Amino acid sequence: MAAKGRTMGRIFAVTILVIAIGSAIPILRHTWWMPQDISTHGAPIDEQMSETMAEAGICFLASQILLAAFIWKFSNPKPDSKIKTFPGGASGLVIAAFLLVGTEVLALGAFGAKAWAKIYFTPAAANALPVQAQAGQFAFYFRYPGPDGKFGPIHPDMVSEANQNFYGIDINNDQDAKDDIVTAEMAIPVNREVNLLMHSKDVGHSFFVPELRVQQDFVPGLDVAIHFTATKIGRYEIVCTQLCGLGHYNMKAYLSVMSQQDYDDWLKKEAALQ
Amino acid sequence: MHDMSAQAVQHHAPPTSFIGKHVFSLDHKVIGKQYYALALVAVVIGMVLSWLMRIHLAWPSAKIPLLHYLSANGAAGNVMTPEYYLQLMTMHGTIMVFFVLTTAPFAAFGNYFLPIQVGAEDMPFPHFNMMSFWVTFVSFLVMIASFFVGDGPTLGGWTQYAPLSAIGPASGPGQGMGVVLWASSIAIFCVGQLLGSLNFITTTLDMRTRGMSLWRLPLTAWAWFITSVMGLTAFAVLMPACILLILDHVAGTSFFVASNLVISDQVQPHSGGSTLLWQHLFWFFGHPEVYIAIVPGMGIVSHVLITNMRRPLLSHRVMVYSMGALAVLSYMVYGHHMFVSGMNPFSSLAFSFPTLIITIPSTIVVLIWLGSLYGSKLRINSASLFSLGFISMFISGGVSGFFLAQPSIDIMLHATYFVVGHFHLVMAVAAIFGIFAGTYFWFPKMTGRMMNETLGKIHFWLSFVGAYCIFMPFHYLGLAGNVRRYQAFVDDYLQPLLPVHKFITVAALVTGAAQLVFLYNLVYSRFRGERAADNPWQATSLEWSTPTTPPPFDNFGGQHPVVYHDPYQFGIEASSGDYVMQNSPEEIHTVRDEE
Amino acid sequence: MATTVHDPPKSGTDQKHPALTTTGNGNRGGVLPGGGNLREVRQYSPPPASTGIWVGIAAIAMTFAAFTSALIVRKGSSNDWQPFTLPIILYLNSVLLLASSVTLEVGRRRVAAFMAGVKAQRANPARWLYVTLTLGVFFVAGQYAAWKQLRAQGVFLATNPSSSFFYLLTAVHALHVLGGLAGLLLVIGRLRSCVLRRSTLDIASRYWHFMDVLWLYLLLLLWMTL
Repeated sequence: MAAKGRTMGRIFAVTILVIAIGSAIPILRHTWWMPQDISTHGAPIDEQMSETMAEAGICFLASQILLAAFIWKFSNPKPDSKIKTFPGGASGLVIAAFLLVGTEVLALGAFGAKAWAKIYFTPAAANALPVQAQAGQFAFYFRYPGPDGKFGPIHPDMVSEANQNFYGIDINNDQDAKDDIVTAEMAIPVNREVNLLMHSKDVGHSFFVPELRVQQDFVPGLDVAIHFTATKIGRYEIVCTQLCGLGHYNMKAYLSVMSQQDYDDWLKKEAALQ
Repeated sequence: MHDMSAQAVQHHAPPTSFIGKHVFSLDHKVIGKQYYALALVAVVIGMVLSWLMRIHLAWPSAKIPLLHYLSANGAAGNVMTPEYYLQLMTMHGTIMVFFVLTTAPFAAFGNYFLPIQVGAEDMPFPHFNMMSFWVTFVSFLVMIASFFVGDGPTLGGWTQYAPLSAIGPASGPGQGMGVVLWASSIAIFCVGQLLGSLNFITTTLDMRTRGMSLWRLPLTAWAWFITSVMGLTAFAVLMPACILLILDHVAGTSFFVASNLVISDQVQPHSGGSTLLWQHLFWFFGHPEVYIAIVPGMGIVSHVLITNMRRPLLSHRVMVYSMGALAVLSYMVYGHHMFVSGMNPFSSLAFSFPTLIITIPSTIVVLIWLGSLYGSKLRINSASLFSLGFISMFISGGVSGFFLAQPSIDIMLHATYFVVGHFHLVMAVAAIFGIFAGTYFWFPKMTGRMMNETLGKIHFWLSFVGAYCIFMPFHYLGLAGNVRRYQAFVDDYLQPLLPVHKFITVAALVTGAAQLVFLYNLVYSRFRGERAADNPWQATSLEWSTPTTPPPFDNFGGQHPVVYHDPYQFGIEASSGDYVMQNSPEEIHTVRDEE
Repeated sequence: MATTVHDPPKSGTDQKHPALTTTGNGNRGGVLPGGGNLREVRQYSPPPASTGIWVGIAAIAMTFAAFTSALIVRKGSSNDWQPFTLPIILYLNSVLLLASSVTLEVGRRRVAAFMAGVKAQRANPARWLYVTLTLGVFFVAGQYAAWKQLRAQGVFLATNPSSSFFYLLTAVHALHVLGGLAGLLLVIGRLRSCVLRRSTLDIASRYWHFMDVLWLYLLLLLWMTL
């Protein structure tokens, strides 16, 4: 009976080991990983991710291995074996937890705070390109201010999907609105800081571009702004990550990062379509 | 000598009618079993919902037989619509979190065993206790009713973020009556929980028998006590939040709905509510809630493992202090659910530090377990296997918390499958393993019969390996940017991940099927299991000292136990073997606590 | 507060077992020692109902704390908050409620003394409880009158967030006061049937006083924000 228990204990120990190491392999090999970073603020995030992965990985593997080892060694021992106390006792472990884990998490916190501050505690550059993003069930629309650099006010009562007036702008009465350019796709010039003004038309949504290392919720009733700079030309997906209703899975747009010249051409073309 | 403790409880005579004995019972043991039965029904429903979700994710256009019976308009031709997926997902999360994870480890086992473990006849307010179960039961009925009313249950997730949840039917199917039923059900649930917490707290503080000082309480009693204090404060905040949500729906108020929102070209008639207010209120409850789900499991795992290791923990007090620290810290961390919500980014940093700090008591708990395993005489049986499995799962689930605690990393992982993997490992697996461990361990005491060990081990192996197969890949999906709460994966960058989803679905269905082994074992053993002795595990706490098994109506047959020893006197030489029970007057060399 | 660990009263036999140096909760039971002397009574552990009422009070306090934060956040989050003058009758109601706490305390002590057989009672010891009950009923009626007054002015639940919180807070408080009235009725009923326990009386009073304190807090909050 005890022998069977010991065998099962040992099989369990081996299973834990196999699962632990097996789980680590796709991580180590980056089988499924974040896409390439195309932002100027993403490097500290990626570094933070790698550091955390290393430390979390060590903790994970060490504890699972210890668990497996102790189960292997101590399951169903002989009836006359003596109970032994872990060297150092509880105080040793508590001190180890405070010192090792404590310093580790505080270090992670401190460095992570720097990465976060770089994104959120620095203001947008004065010459950042202003682009407005509006999220509504179930599409993103973008607005460029046109040559006057100003956005016309939003009139909620004039919003009309039917007339394609997604922002509810009044081009007849609002001077600033006359040259606004509304698009279904977001294009930005490469290496130019963008100040994204985020407005929700109805419920909560979120703006997520993994390559850009940007994720920010739209808050109905509170317009938030984030700024970033893209460093690589290409076409990337913007997906909604805040549950917004039945079309949430399908709510997306494309972000095109272009050369300045291509961007200017694109904007001219879009302006003509207004 | 005259025993004063007998007068404490309102004495109620043993019931004689069937209704009095099994339906409207004042007996905490019956109430505990009723909660367990409710949790069992809920977990089966919740699990079936998850199968439906997983099948749809792997094969979105699949026809699922009989599905159209569940929904009037969500499954025409047995093909799940996008909104129906979200509705099932919302019900899955809600039912599991509230009616399984808050109910089974805490209300079911706690109601049954806390009074016995402290040496009392019953809880001090048996009528409130009975009410707490039936209120919870009504809450469950209201929740289930939303399947069959109007255009179905709400689709806003168990988190019900405003304004999607508050703006009314315009925002989607199920967002009218579905939300009102959801919020009403939860508000009712809160009342049940408060009544339960009332009894747990007063039992622990006031009903302990002679000799049972606080430090002589078993770890399960401590865990239930700490959980009940958390429940008291957390559910007392969720209830007002639900009331405000209901008012926004039925009374035209604007607590959560901002002004000038436009749906279907109609400006919604609201004047300026706060979107973030809901999130603050909800998560102030929501974070302690997940500790309410796990702390009883920690108590059960400690309790079961100590008995099966034949030695007390490396430090009893450190374990108690750590569980307490988790409870206290749990109130300071809730903003980590809101890092990118639009709240002040400085607040995000402020919340991230306690979230990182909470790893310390969590680590201590795991290290104490590991350190206690060292040099022990570990018995391998179903109960101990599930307890050890809990530890492995808690490590895995806890470690992913390192990532989610940091706002800068959360930018990449928020609302992805990484989060879903994290909380499923700790809640859906670890906490459930705690329930299983408790079941295999206490079944003999509750029914007088042993559960079948072979079936228990089969159940364990399939569940342990299966759960890892299901939930470990979630983390990889999250790292690759797989967004959660999607009913199908249409984005370009998600296409390479579809095979992973199929693997997970198959694993989920197999692991789900394995639970039938457990259900069969429960029912079979209840009627044909091997007869159990009063103390089949040679354990020490008071529940194993009851004069009969199952315990008599008043737990101790009119004799209140007197406690002479600390709760886990193992590894000693006594007349009964390597242990001495708490109520044994035998003097022994005590095992001193490692301070 | 609830539990102190101390020795049970000596009853002749002695426990010599060394492990019995720590005891459980100490003295239990509804017997009132010390001849009704309140100071002596307090040395003994109170019964579970005492802890229970504090637990209940804690839960209710948390609920109102949540409502308070909701009010503060909602007020600060947009420009649509329109304050209004609180109906004067609210202040009258507050005086009534305060008075009821005073009468309750007087009543409680008289009933306690009566139960301990300390004084020969000339008057019905429950008289002051009846007065409290009446004042409580008038309080609730007065709150209703305040609502009617506001409705006559066109201020309803959904009119403005300020009015939403006014109605919500006063209504939830009034509901809890109704609960307190039910508790007082229970106490009076048991007193008349001579089955009242001292603990029931004490906890009903504690709850009622809490309703009073809570109301003063709510009044202050509403006065400051409205």
